[in-house]
Amino acid sequence: MSQSFNETEQAEPTPAQNGFVKRAMVIGGGIAGISASIDLGNAGHEVVLVERLPSIGGRMLQLSETFPTLDCAQCTLTPKTVETGQHPKIRLLTYSEVEEVSGKAGDFLVRIRRKAAYVDWQMCTGCGLCQQKCPSKQPSDFDRGMGLGKAIYTLSPQAVPNKPVIDPARCRYFKEGKCRVCEKLCPVGAIHYEQKDQYVEERVGAIIAAVGFDLMPQERFGEYGYGKVPDVIDGLAFERLNSASGPTTGEIRRPSDGKVPKEVVFIQCTGSRDPERYMPYCSRVCCMYTGKHARLYKHKVHDGQAYIFYMDIRSAGKGYEEFIQQGMEEEGILYLRGRVSRIFRDGEKVVVWGADTLTGKKVEVSADMVVLATALTPQRDSKDLAARLGIVADEHGFFTEVERKLRPVETAVEGIYIAGCAQGPKDIADAVAHANAAASKVQSLFAKH
Amino acid sequence: MDYLYFPGCTLYTKAKNFDQTARNCSKLLGFELKELSKWTCCGATFPLATDNLMALLPPARILANAREEGNVLTTLCAVCFNVIKRTNRLIQGDGEKRDKINNYIEKNYAGDLRVLHYLEVLKQDIGFSQLKEKVQKPLAGLKTAAYYGCMLLRPFSEMGFDDKERPSLFEEFLEALGAKAVDFPYKIECCGSFQSVGSPEVATECAYKILTSAIKNGAEAVVSTCPMCTFNIDHKQADIRQKYLDFKPVPIFYFTQLLGISMGLDHQTLGFEQNAIDPLPLLREKGFF
Repeated sequence: MSQSFNETEQAEPTPAQNGFVKRAMVIGGGIAGISASIDLGNAGHEVVLVERLPSIGGRMLQLSETFPTLDCAQCTLTPKTVETGQHPKIRLLTYSEVEEVSGKAGDFLVRIRRKAAYVDWQMCTGCGLCQQKCPSKQPSDFDRGMGLGKAIYTLSPQAVPNKPVIDPARCRYFKEGKCRVCEKLCPVGAIHYEQKDQYVEERVGAIIAAVGFDLMPQERFGEYGYGKVPDVIDGLAFERLNSASGPTTGEIRRPSDGKVPKEVVFIQCTGSRDPERYMPYCSRVCCMYTGKHARLYKHKVHDGQAYIFYMDIRSAGKGYEEFIQQGMEEEGILYLRGRVSRIFRDGEKVVVWGADTLTGKKVEVSADMVVLATALTPQRDSKDLAARLGIVADEHGFFTEVERKLRPVETAVEGIYIAGCAQGPKDIADAVAHANAAASKVQSLFAKH
Repeated sequence: MDYLYFPGCTLYTKAKNFDQTARNCSKLLGFELKELSKWTCCGATFPLATDNLMALLPPARILANAREEGNVLTTLCAVCFNVIKRTNRLIQGDGEKRDKINNYIEKNYAGDLRVLHYLEVLKQDIGFSQLKEKVQKPLAGLKTAAYYGCMLLRPFSEMGFDDKERPSLFEEFLEALGAKAVDFPYKIECCGSFQSVGSPEVATECAYKILTSAIKNGAEAVVSTCPMCTFNIDHKQADIRQKYLDFKPVPIFYFTQLLGISMGLDHQTLGFEQNAIDPLPLLREKGFF
């Protein structure tokens, strides 16, 4: 494979004045990383955007519609990913991970591992024939295990860059030594099974770490069936079910038998605000997205009933409280204040035992599907990245800003900034604002030199 | 290896069948239950008040006396097990309370007894695969529901008996005997406990739900580790039938009774006369006797 996948305008590094490199690296290509990259690029600085997955867009790309406006996530995000991909100042290094960081502000040297895609991205035209014909169908991670994905894949039809990768853990050729269908079919001969990981080094003056979040795995919740009850799904899975590009092309159908669920229970604070057993913090977005889920469900299943178990409703944000109220008053969503103690399968039903603490009564719902608003957590390896960057992560792995109130994007290391959910749970608007702030801090730093 | 054994009051009265079958099976399995030379009531519930010193004295005294006779103590009744294990843990970990208790009972007990439930002895010291080999009469074709109740498991952090939400030890035991163990959602739910005294209708309702859930999932018999649970789910079936006319009685076993059958013990020695629902018709139907 040639040195780089995405040959967008390999511009020369901005001339260093007094040896200070005015070029930035953004780690993480979600909405925060994209926003920061575009800001810096528009300000005239060259940006290297490193993303672990094959394409940019991050978690937002998995979402169906966003609160409080209910507009389509992909419709708002795709122009941004395309802009990032085409920006003359932004160089994309997707399917890549930061391995080593040395140096100081104005002169960081970053070693990056470019994972073998087994596809020569320079030759690949993105025609998609390989993905169509790949015989290996397995549950797709992007669709939270619900839809089937191929062993050679892009994350979405609008992927930026629109180049596929082969997952050797799923590819028949890698596993059994036979197949090579994609190689035979590729009209330009871009499939290279012998490709190896490559390492590149980038010299930058500032770094923004915007690596995003993960969700607490359902398998942790014994009381909710340890992830073994098929119609108990998490919030991101519901987003995929509701998404036109998802496994059901946007119809709400439950995973076990594809039936339209008529009673759906949503459980907020699954793993959040539970210091004794799980995470002590509030994940901040669940009240809003659960309200959104219930409303979206009602928009598609008019005769369905949505129940939401909640502890408190935290809808602090512009237009947020109104959004929740509308769900309660106009769309008949039943809010139950209390926790759920157990979920189990009973025939075709999923039985939910909970408490309604306002009436003091036990509640039992014989539901068709349950959606858990599982806690937002840092990426599982965020502490390792923090160590490589020399910045501080808290006990959970969220990156720590140097001062809580007045310096929300700076770390203790000059030239390294944090943005988005890597610092703590945030909704999209807050993540973007945080990223804008990080980008402006980089510009101030560059302007000083 | 022999085990110090704390029977507890109920096993001397209403649950003699539990006690006797356990003792007899132990011999067949190659160990002996050595009953403590002196013991009293365990206290029957673990005290939950902050100032719980007085209530901790009976179990502490039992433990301190037991320590003079050996270093592993086993019990059968899930309630006694809960009280004794938790008291032991508290004496181990709380120096201040330990000193106060020791001063009062005039002992010097450090909390260093190993307290095991009989099922844990079978699992950890004998091993279920060994147990399986010793089975004379496999309980083939018998569909059982392993009913844990609360006391073996809760509080999870203190009991450490098995997985907190989906335990499987009891089922593994039943499978080792050759029986089938069905899964049912009520297996760790409360039996109603002492509510059967003050608000019997509450306990009856609990028992009804547990039993119907087990039956719905295919169980022909429910297996218990606790005389309190057994009272509610076995002896109260008459009350259930008064309220729910279509409820069909289901036999309740102590797990040691099933162990006894599988060890080849004669049904006269298994104490079925103390079972409220006679299990013999079912056992005969399955061809065990």
